[in-house]
Amino acid sequence: MHDEAHPAYLRHHFVTVGQQRETASFGMWLFLLTEIMFFGGLFMAYLLYRNWYYDAFVAGSNTLSIGLGTTNTAVLILSSFTMAMGVYSAEIRNRKGLLISLSLTICLGLVFLGIKTVEYHNKYVEHHIPGADFSVEDFVHPADKRDVPLAPDMAQHAQLYFFLYFAMTGMHALHMIIGISILFILLYQAWHGAYVNGHTSTIDNFGLYWHFVDIVWIFLFPLLYLISRHPLK
Amino acid sequence: MSTIVTLPNQQDAQLPKLSYLNSEYGIKSWLLTGDHKRIAMLYLFSITFFFFIGGAFAGLIRLELLTPLPDLVASDTYNKLFTMHGVIMIFLFLVPSVPATVGNFVIPIMVGAKDLAFPKINLLSWYLYIAGACFLVAALLNGGVDTGWTFTTPLSTHYVNTHVITAAMGVFIAGFSSIFTGLNFIVTIHRMRCPGMTWFRLPLFCWSNYAASILMVLGTPVLAITLVLVMLERTVGIGVFDPTKGGDPLLFQHLFWFYSHPAVYIMILPGMGVISEVISTFSRKRVFGYTAVAFSSVAIAVFGFFVWAHHMFIMGVSNYSALVFSLLTMLVAVPSAIKIFNWAATLYKGSLTFETPMLYAFGFMGLFTIGGLTGVFLGSLGMDIHLTETYFIVAHFHFVMVGGMLMAYLAGVHFWWPKMTGRMYPESMSQLSAVTTFIGFILTFFPQFIVGYLGMPRRYHAYPPEFQVLNVLSTAGATVLGIGYVLPMLYMPWSLKYGKIAGSNPWQATGLEWQIQSPPLTENFIDIPIMDHEAYDYDWLEHNTAHEVTAVG
Amino acid sequence: MHISPVLWQFLVRWLTNSALFPPEASAIAPQMDAFYFFLIAISAVGMIAVIILVFGFSILYRKEKSPVATQIEGSTLLEATWTIIPLALFMICFVWGALLYFRIYDPPTNAMNIYIVGKQWMWKAEHPGGQHEIDSLHIPINRQVQLTMISQDVFHSFSIPAFRVKREVIPGRYSTVWFEATATGTYHLFCTQYCGTDHSAMIGEIVAMTPDDYQKWAAGSTSGASLAQNGERLFASLGCNSCHSGEASARGPNLAQVYGSRLQLTDGSYVTANDAYLREAILNPSTRVTAGYAPIMPTYQGQVSEEGLIDLVEYIKNLNSNYRVQQTLTASQLSTGQAGASSSGPTSAPMNYRTQETLGAGHAGPAKSGAGAPKVPGTVNQ
Repeated sequence: MHDEAHPAYLRHHFVTVGQQRETASFGMWLFLLTEIMFFGGLFMAYLLYRNWYYDAFVAGSNTLSIGLGTTNTAVLILSSFTMAMGVYSAEIRNRKGLLISLSLTICLGLVFLGIKTVEYHNKYVEHHIPGADFSVEDFVHPADKRDVPLAPDMAQHAQLYFFLYFAMTGMHALHMIIGISILFILLYQAWHGAYVNGHTSTIDNFGLYWHFVDIVWIFLFPLLYLISRHPLK
Repeated sequence: MSTIVTLPNQQDAQLPKLSYLNSEYGIKSWLLTGDHKRIAMLYLFSITFFFFIGGAFAGLIRLELLTPLPDLVASDTYNKLFTMHGVIMIFLFLVPSVPATVGNFVIPIMVGAKDLAFPKINLLSWYLYIAGACFLVAALLNGGVDTGWTFTTPLSTHYVNTHVITAAMGVFIAGFSSIFTGLNFIVTIHRMRCPGMTWFRLPLFCWSNYAASILMVLGTPVLAITLVLVMLERTVGIGVFDPTKGGDPLLFQHLFWFYSHPAVYIMILPGMGVISEVISTFSRKRVFGYTAVAFSSVAIAVFGFFVWAHHMFIMGVSNYSALVFSLLTMLVAVPSAIKIFNWAATLYKGSLTFETPMLYAFGFMGLFTIGGLTGVFLGSLGMDIHLTETYFIVAHFHFVMVGGMLMAYLAGVHFWWPKMTGRMYPESMSQLSAVTTFIGFILTFFPQFIVGYLGMPRRYHAYPPEFQVLNVLSTAGATVLGIGYVLPMLYMPWSLKYGKIAGSNPWQATGLEWQIQSPPLTENFIDIPIMDHEAYDYDWLEHNTAHEVTAVG
Repeated sequence: MHISPVLWQFLVRWLTNSALFPPEASAIAPQMDAFYFFLIAISAVGMIAVIILVFGFSILYRKEKSPVATQIEGSTLLEATWTIIPLALFMICFVWGALLYFRIYDPPTNAMNIYIVGKQWMWKAEHPGGQHEIDSLHIPINRQVQLTMISQDVFHSFSIPAFRVKREVIPGRYSTVWFEATATGTYHLFCTQYCGTDHSAMIGEIVAMTPDDYQKWAAGSTSGASLAQNGERLFASLGCNSCHSGEASARGPNLAQVYGSRLQLTDGSYVTANDAYLREAILNPSTRVTAGYAPIMPTYQGQVSEEGLIDLVEYIKNLNSNYRVQQTLTASQLSTGQAGASSSGPTSAPMNYRTQETLGAGHAGPAKSGAGAPKVPGTVNQ
């Protein structure tokens, strides 16, 4: 039956709880490695086209709101902190702390997605979404005096920048949505007493996933938002 | 003439009363199982089904190529045939073949565990496989895809109106099946080895699957994102691969081949693992140079990541980068050569018998050597200019994949069939199949080397009449080959009811899987074993035969 | 080769007359075949070694003869041997193959250039003298011929098995291959990169003729204007002459004798003005702008076909002075208001309107009207 060495959550194919925990953790790290390779393809495309069409990338990047982007970065880093607090709470078996941390993480995640939606909407309104609706006007006649006007053909290539912007942040947002969905499930389970009974594996590993999503953003932010920005006046 | 030793006395032999097959009943117990052995059987049925669909397409292709004129099917249909043949055979058959069937079944037992590290993810893998297959079948039924299995842009993104997105989605989903299987294997081999099972006591089958799993886990996601980009390009049309919009069609090639070259090692490495087991067992000897074979598997996996552009030598990569990739291709050929020699040396001073798995293994050694050597032809830059995109390439990869991998797969299925089912298949029928397959294979694919050097391009619906004789030879061989593949479909099911009872160790092999009953219990072991001897320790086996536990209940 | 030349020739002749070996019709073909035979030889050696080992051991050590197996751990010496020997052989293959590759893909400087445009599903060959061919290519033997190739749509691949050459034909960039035919005759031309429905119908003939026959053929097949002449007409009708007039104050760089020269770009880097650069400069002018000039050149993407681009490139290649450029400039300035697209290649009537307006009004860059102008609303700020 169940005892200290064989709690209820010990699966039948594991010999000790330690083995189960280490195995789950190893699995999650390996999965994150596959995610790096997954995003890697997009980074490769970015590398190539930024090299080919640098001016268009500069112009495109300068149309993104640095305020919103920085806020999002802060929000996400904060959410990683609250997630780490959640892991800590689970380990010290603090159910209330865990619930608060998970809820805060969800809120921050939703704030991130909300700001992203605003940014996407801005791009739509400004006719920066690549495709039929795209307008080169802002690049050929930039409003900001410090921006270098682009020739029309180079301005067309800004579409590639925006495509990568949407693809990379979109893929990232998809991972956020999946993460937040799982967070709701974890919240529900934690409400019913899970994770604070010594079996913290799930929270630990989800924390890894959440931190990974954060790190991807930390790469995306400078690569997409900070290309040759004008210094703040 | 059977040379199998120590089958149980067939007069009164019985299958074990309790095994993984009868521990639970009902369709839900199979579809919701976490048991790696049941999942392996689910995979076995699925991939066999798709193998025959892919094979049917191959038959139609060869039938069309009997005559130089495009007279059997329309050009678009032919293009769909070879595309679907490639996609199904690669993604729905070869990639999961050994890992998902035999690997799933045997690896946990080989390491001394009761299951894989993540049984639910294992089941998820199978469902992802089925989901991916459903998308591909949907693409097929809706009219097919005709981009070639390589989905070359801009053809696939802007110039065909077939069901590219459906097919790409199918491959995308099936890719995740592969990733999760690989993930499971890596974690299992790292973390679930029983006490005493050090890395160098693992059977070489584990090493090979471990190396293949590294490739699966690191390479397949790149294919996934590449397919996402193709799907986006097709729907949104941004120009990421379209030169008229500033994109680079060669970017697709790099991204695609970055996965698809390691993919061929994903396909072959598990097969090489099977060969190690089979050669060892039927020569009653440890594999010669265990460490060399183990490390060469890992070397193939590592080097395999750095040679992708050898598929692009004539595509406008710079001469200097072509140099680098050619050099690395030569380096990656060496570990495979090492393995072949090690296996041959294993036969030296052994005690050989020639059961069906051994026949398939010999077939593998011969045909894979030819296939691998022709890979050196293709990796040599200058030679590749003349040979690439011709039937020489088709012959090369069929030699390694069909003559190599498929033979290894059949060797594995025949080798572990007694363990999986508790039954023996009829030996004379299976030996006949093996020989038929071998002969049919050579007849089918050897002429393709010749017609390739003559210049006949691949993916051609019609061809100049002077190539006909060689094509007819090839098609004739394909008929024989087909018979060789159909025969197991007859005698394997037959054996389930009428085959001899196998007992726990009909081949007198080492390896933990042979020390438990056939078929195994759901939990494999009653007690977790303690490994106290080296791999392929036949002396230990001799002393141990007295104490083996044969059946429960 | 250490094989006697007589024996070698006999072998090759026997082989190429059989249906099992392609004819050797180019200078590189015997070299390719020699390498092929070497590869076959080492493969045969390897195969025989493996077969002998497997069969030999099977016979010697079958269970009846060898009831007890001797457990052998391994042998580092043997491992080293069968690592180093294959590696050495593969390295020889690598070096030999690399030499052959560089020989085929580094064209000689004074090769005769022919342009190839591939499209679904035909090959168009354009000789500089203005001969146009579809699905065939006439060439003289004993002359170095370079093919500059590009695709109009998808990937194709130009393959001449008898010459042992092949190169991918890519959309968006030129690729080149060269050969020297050594035997007259008609040889297969195949497209070897799957390109859609009629991929296997995208075949043709390479007709290798003696130099005299080739001259006769060239004289009889010309369309009347060489590629450069077509290019000259396009150059004027597209309005290139207005900016690239060759004058010191011109808005665009002087193009006379620019082909093959080293240009400095605005970012300080250098580039060689070869075919690829010229084509890119017409389609994506702002990616690499010559130093000292503003990025005001409009793109002609979508307005000039690949054949038109070839005509322009060929024209610029042969442009030695701007005399005629300025002549045509004056002529079209005189004929302001006349539409008249006069080039024989596929062109862009819309650009004419803009050009005339530009010339008439003396504005810089493309005009505001945008009549038929594709994607560019608005003008460029100066």
